[in-house]
Amino acid sequence: MHLLPEFGQIALILALLISLLLSTLPLIGAQRGLAPWMAIARPAAWAQLALVGVAFAILTWAFVAQDFSVRYVATNSNSLLPMMYRYSAVWGAHEGSLLLWALILAAWTAAVAAFSRSLPQPVVARVLGVMGIVSLGFLAFLIFTSNPFERVLPAAAEGRDLNPLLQDFGLIVHPPMLYMGYVGFAVPFAFAIAALLDRNASRPEEVARWLRWTRPWTNVAWGFLTIGIALGSWWAYYELGWGGWWFWDPVENASFMPWLAGAALLHSQAITEKRGSFRSWTLLLAIAVFSLSLLGTFLVRSGVLTSVHAFASDPGRGLFILIFLGLVVGSSLLLYAMRAPDVDGGKPFTGASREALLLMNNVFLTAACAMVLIGTLYPLLADALELGKISVGPPYFSLLFIVLMAPIVLLLPLGPLIRWQSDDYARPLRMLLPWAALALVAGGISYFQAPNGPWKTAAGVAGSVWIAFGTARFVWQRVRTHRSALTAEMCGMVLAHGGLAVFLIGALLVEAQLQQREIAMKPGQTLTLGRDSFRFDGVQRLPGPNYTASRGTVEVFRDDRRVTTLHPEKREYASGGQVMTEAAIRPGVTRDVFVALGEPLGNDAWAVRVHIKPFIRWVWIGAALMALGGFVTALDRRFRKAAINDGHPEHGEAVEGPASAVTGTTAGPSPAARDDIASRDA
Amino acid sequence: MSAKRWLPFAAFLLIAALLATGVWLSRRDNREALPSPLIGKPAPEFALPVLHEPNRIVTSKDLRGQPYLLNVWGSWCPECRVEHPVISRFAATKRVRVIGYNWKDEPVDALKWLERFNNPYWLVLADIEGGTAIDFGIYGAPETFLVDAEGIVRWKHVGAMTDTIVRDELLPVLEAAEAMKQ
Repeated sequence: MHLLPEFGQIALILALLISLLLSTLPLIGAQRGLAPWMAIARPAAWAQLALVGVAFAILTWAFVAQDFSVRYVATNSNSLLPMMYRYSAVWGAHEGSLLLWALILAAWTAAVAAFSRSLPQPVVARVLGVMGIVSLGFLAFLIFTSNPFERVLPAAAEGRDLNPLLQDFGLIVHPPMLYMGYVGFAVPFAFAIAALLDRNASRPEEVARWLRWTRPWTNVAWGFLTIGIALGSWWAYYELGWGGWWFWDPVENASFMPWLAGAALLHSQAITEKRGSFRSWTLLLAIAVFSLSLLGTFLVRSGVLTSVHAFASDPGRGLFILIFLGLVVGSSLLLYAMRAPDVDGGKPFTGASREALLLMNNVFLTAACAMVLIGTLYPLLADALELGKISVGPPYFSLLFIVLMAPIVLLLPLGPLIRWQSDDYARPLRMLLPWAALALVAGGISYFQAPNGPWKTAAGVAGSVWIAFGTARFVWQRVRTHRSALTAEMCGMVLAHGGLAVFLIGALLVEAQLQQREIAMKPGQTLTLGRDSFRFDGVQRLPGPNYTASRGTVEVFRDDRRVTTLHPEKREYASGGQVMTEAAIRPGVTRDVFVALGEPLGNDAWAVRVHIKPFIRWVWIGAALMALGGFVTALDRRFRKAAINDGHPEHGEAVEGPASAVTGTTAGPSPAARDDIASRDA
Repeated sequence: MSAKRWLPFAAFLLIAALLATGVWLSRRDNREALPSPLIGKPAPEFALPVLHEPNRIVTSKDLRGQPYLLNVWGSWCPECRVEHPVISRFAATKRVRVIGYNWKDEPVDALKWLERFNNPYWLVLADIEGGTAIDFGIYGAPETFLVDAEGIVRWKHVGAMTDTIVRDELLPVLEAAEAMKQ
């Protein structure tokens, strides 16, 4: 027997010791001004990444080489598992997914160490130290409650197999993306804590400078989280066989809360960086977003809330994460309560200004996040108070979510067009008037054209046209008056807002126009749904690599012309006897045709489920555009330049710049120049 | 310093208290258990074939005289494999007879399963059609019943057994049942 898994174990323990160093010495050094102590932070971050990387590589090797003496490998794979899933099986269950979390955190910590040359040493020491504390908690959790390298002696002859639900491409990429987002929010969080620890650092100009440095990280983390959530939704759509793309399931909510709060944070960071307003609020949001990421991990990993996604859960582990969550979040909020800056320090603004609109954005996004939090925890509250077992369903979430998002959709196009500090709503409204009219007309037409769900269809089309053309109006304004390309930051904003427009069409049209039928069909029978008909040609038994499939054949016709042949499957996995539904989908830009096999009903008859889902792809295309927006924003030269210039940017965009250059209210430049200035730092 | 800044901390304390309650509740393993109307009542009468000897029929009356643990399982049930080591450990203590109740299963698969994971049972009854299971109110595997020497159901557990459940629930009930008899 070889000892490789023991080396993995040792690497993890060493990583824990390194994170112990990282989470103490640099923080103490920064507090006391001891340069050699602070200097430990960077090498420690690198060493931690190397050690966790080695542990992860060894666990991966154990899966590839099928070392069934490792309990985690024996539980989550077997000899029939195809090679590609042996890699993804590493994070297919609790222990491995935590190891992935720790690996990604180590990678982000090392990235901060690498890209922070321009920051003062105490700041770097504190930020890396705070990330070290988080890492310490996760590594301890791994080693003490969820050891992935635990052995079974004698070795199992055969493994149990990976949960068939997870043997899929979606699973390979969904968790890493999601964790990149969750863990990425540790960076703005660590900065917020560093700012609260250092009294000097919470001065307005210091905060602006730090935010310029952290904003790209927040944007990138949010972009990854967006991709992660979208992949999860896409995977649920084609793999769970229910045909939906969002279920308001506790685990989906767990990732959606940091997303909503993260979207609020992106905007509030922009105000604070540029105008100095909402300093305390931005610090609090940065803490809240990462706390919600930790809460998400807690909800998924503890089994406190039961859900289709809770593949691995255990109350003893729940207690550990809860204590960790309490220490990290509790002490952060305590620190906030004691140290948050008393004076806002930002420039005053009126009710008609970009600040005011961004404030509204934050109010509604935060309210939506709180609504999801309450809905997710309410069943727990009801259970705790012995009010009986209650589950809060999609009707609550959908209704409140639409109510809270509608104002955001209505106000969104105004945001980039209105000026900072003080403006008049009449000016941007005049620019947008034709597009508002267009949106209403488009909504009106679709109300009468829609075969069903006219209100939702009209709302989706009108909202989408309003956002898309309103955003395009901003681009035109900028190009016309400034005669230069958009900055990366603006491109990112335009992409993300455009993504929202695309998403709205998808989300509302699929809700309104969905057609579905579930009937018993015998071979040769035809089901007609509007202009489409579906002929069921029976079911064959076919062997797969680690399952046997019942493979149905359905011929799809539109207006009596053959469109395609679909093969929905029921797969029976050899190892666990679990049966999985594999829906057959013909994707399309304007609609998906979705066919899934239900139960065999005897005499060759099968329950067959047929859905027609208009515009469902737009949901994920919209999300992809939003994520791209986050990434593009992070590329803005201003963020890098500002850091190199040590926080003294040459343009008048920063807080300490001359006020007249920013607002354009006192000097009275030409109207065109005023528009230009107003839109420059969108 | 304004009191407003303490609000997030206070809100967090509330949420943390709620989550702690959640963890506490989920430690109570029977949180999902529905009370069984059978508890304190005689176990349903049954006559089922033995899995290993299909021609031999065992009835509920044959099992009287000593308490026994009836563990419902199927080779198709992944949770049953999770609890299998727990059942094996408990059976090895020889505290009471552990009787397997093979539910809605193909005998071939069931035998293969026992061969692969070891057979911890004193006896395995086969309910292929699931008819007797209805009398027991079984709605999912695994489920476990403790039946005392007089044939009265003393305790029931839905879902996989754990060592903690054996120690904290099953054994106290068993001791109480035995004390009553003496």
